[in-house]
Amino acid sequence: MKNLQINSKFVPLLITIGLFLALFAAGSVSYEGFFSMQVVLNLLVDNAFLIIVGLSQALVIILGGIDLSCGALIALSSMVAAYSLSHLNLHPALAVLAVLIVCSAFGFVQGWLITYRKFQPFIATLCGMFVARGLCFMINQDTVPITDPFFVTMATTRIKLIPGAAISTSVIIALVIVALYIYIAHFTKFGRAVYAIGGNEQSARLMGLPVDRTKVLAYTLSGFTSGLAGIVFCFYMLSAYGLNAMALEMDAIAAAVIGGTLMTGGVGFVIGSVFGVMIEGIMQTLITFQGDLNSWWTRIAVAFLLCVFIVVQRVLVLKREAKKRIRPVEFIA
Amino acid sequence: MESRKKMDKRLIDNQLFWPLFALAVLLVFDFFYLKGFFQIEIVEGHLYGSLIDIVNRATPLMFMSIGMTLVIASGGIDISVGSVLAISGAITAIMIGGDLVFVDGVQHHVAHYPMAVAILVALVAAVVGGLWNGLLIAKLGVNAMVGTLILLVAGRGIAQLIVDGNVITVYYEPFFYIGSGFFLGLPFSIYLVAAFLALIMWLVKKTAFGLFLEALGSNRVSSRFTGLNVQKIMWACYAISGLCAGIAGIIVASEVKSADANNAGLFIELDAILSVVLGGNSMAGGRFSVIGSVIGALVVQTLTTTIYAVGVPPEVTMVVKALVVIVIYLIQSQMGMKTLKTPAASAGEGALKAGEAKS
Repeated sequence: MKNLQINSKFVPLLITIGLFLALFAAGSVSYEGFFSMQVVLNLLVDNAFLIIVGLSQALVIILGGIDLSCGALIALSSMVAAYSLSHLNLHPALAVLAVLIVCSAFGFVQGWLITYRKFQPFIATLCGMFVARGLCFMINQDTVPITDPFFVTMATTRIKLIPGAAISTSVIIALVIVALYIYIAHFTKFGRAVYAIGGNEQSARLMGLPVDRTKVLAYTLSGFTSGLAGIVFCFYMLSAYGLNAMALEMDAIAAAVIGGTLMTGGVGFVIGSVFGVMIEGIMQTLITFQGDLNSWWTRIAVAFLLCVFIVVQRVLVLKREAKKRIRPVEFIA
Repeated sequence: MESRKKMDKRLIDNQLFWPLFALAVLLVFDFFYLKGFFQIEIVEGHLYGSLIDIVNRATPLMFMSIGMTLVIASGGIDISVGSVLAISGAITAIMIGGDLVFVDGVQHHVAHYPMAVAILVALVAAVVGGLWNGLLIAKLGVNAMVGTLILLVAGRGIAQLIVDGNVITVYYEPFFYIGSGFFLGLPFSIYLVAAFLALIMWLVKKTAFGLFLEALGSNRVSSRFTGLNVQKIMWACYAISGLCAGIAGIIVASEVKSADANNAGLFIELDAILSVVLGGNSMAGGRFSVIGSVIGALVVQTLTTTIYAVGVPPEVTMVVKALVVIVIYLIQSQMGMKTLKTPAASAGEGALKAGEAKS
């Protein structure tokens, strides 16, 4: 029985990894120059910030919530960074600190509203998204370039792995955060509490787990991580604008779902998000290599994948539930 | 029967009080701080003025808030309405299009397809979008937000494909009448909203649909046991929501005389949800008031217009709207907590939600 459960737990993740490999193989066969280390590494370089928010999104979804504010927080972080560098002439380290504090505060307030004021996570983070976007424009309505030498160095430095293939510093930051998240989700008390709450909040409470504290902490962590992603986004764009990272939260949610995280909470792997992002990235690359397809096909393809994965998830859940109880399937939803 | 009617009436009074109060507060503010806000002029037989303008501009939002109310009452949510709006606008614009033809030296605008056909196709597409949501949510039992997320993501891509990435400009005079024409001194779109609202009110008040919907939103499982066809009701809600978004798309396209797949209806789903919440409806489903949501839509538009008129950067609207929702929610949750004695019973779907228990 235990074996079986673990199997079904891994199925979505394995499907995702398989799909990524299949897409890459298809691309390599169809297009010249696709089969190269740099193509794979570019997926990481171009999506480093998305990988980072994908992780926090996955954790929040596992908790049974959702965080719609991450895209807006990325825009806000870049704006705060640009403002504190150019107008306040702060040291880059202080600017980074300011960004992280602002974003953590956002996450904390959202978590507090959700936990202690019983807001629906959807509504609370939606409000957070509005406030963050609004704040961006209150700071500055135009595009602000970031010219600080530290940020420029971070943005332009390339680290050669093998001849002809290089990564940016953002990738290293992203990979460190991936490692941290795997540790947090699977090897700490906090991580176990998150899974327990996502599975069944009331049982978790009755088990004596610190439900409220964990929830607030998880949303704060999500805000903090969005801040980190925002800084990486600065390294990528070297400018700030209030409409940057538009609808990024949707990509992050899609990445988490494609990565095998169940929207109902309690099930999933943060590492899945990384593959989710890679799949979104590789589809973009495929469409670029194809050349004569509109880039809007990417959105349609992402939506299609999202749909397939959600339906597969649904079927898996229904099967599991049907096994557990002798009850007509249609009542469960 | 008599006492139930009285109770119903009291509830409705109660629910409509706050949105009306919010609207009144905004209007009083406008009265004192904005000169000529209440002035209504008659120009060429049409009524002009800020008030008329607000109602006129609010029409797409009113349509969407009507659809959104039904979906939220059923215990779901529809975040795909903005994309559906974009699709419907794109279809109408591309099918009407309009060519400039000179007949005897006089300019004529000719539509590609008859306007009625274009509108019909757009509305059918919008309803199909709604039915797709229904398929995922009612039939497959996917979480409503996730289910509609798919169409939200795909919809804009589809709209972009329809217009091939261009902003399609419409050159066909009769089409503009829908969004900017006047009938008996008032903007034509106001009549559209009134007619549609009357239809929906008839549906929820004079047929069993409204009662079933309330039952479904309050408790899905027991509604199922009572013998209601829960799935059918949910399909209907999402289809109506799609239809509303479709009509809104046509109005928007007609108003701006073009279709911009990228920006048409961007974030309007949030405004629609805000209208419903402002209308005193619980996000948890169950009891609902369509009229309340329409008033909510008016409040949102008045707020937006006021903020523009005061001269604050328009982006501040976002912050204000968010704060308004937070305050309303805090009030709702406070009231809910008072009546709901057991702590934190909000785990999972279909569980007791704080807002629901405030009666």
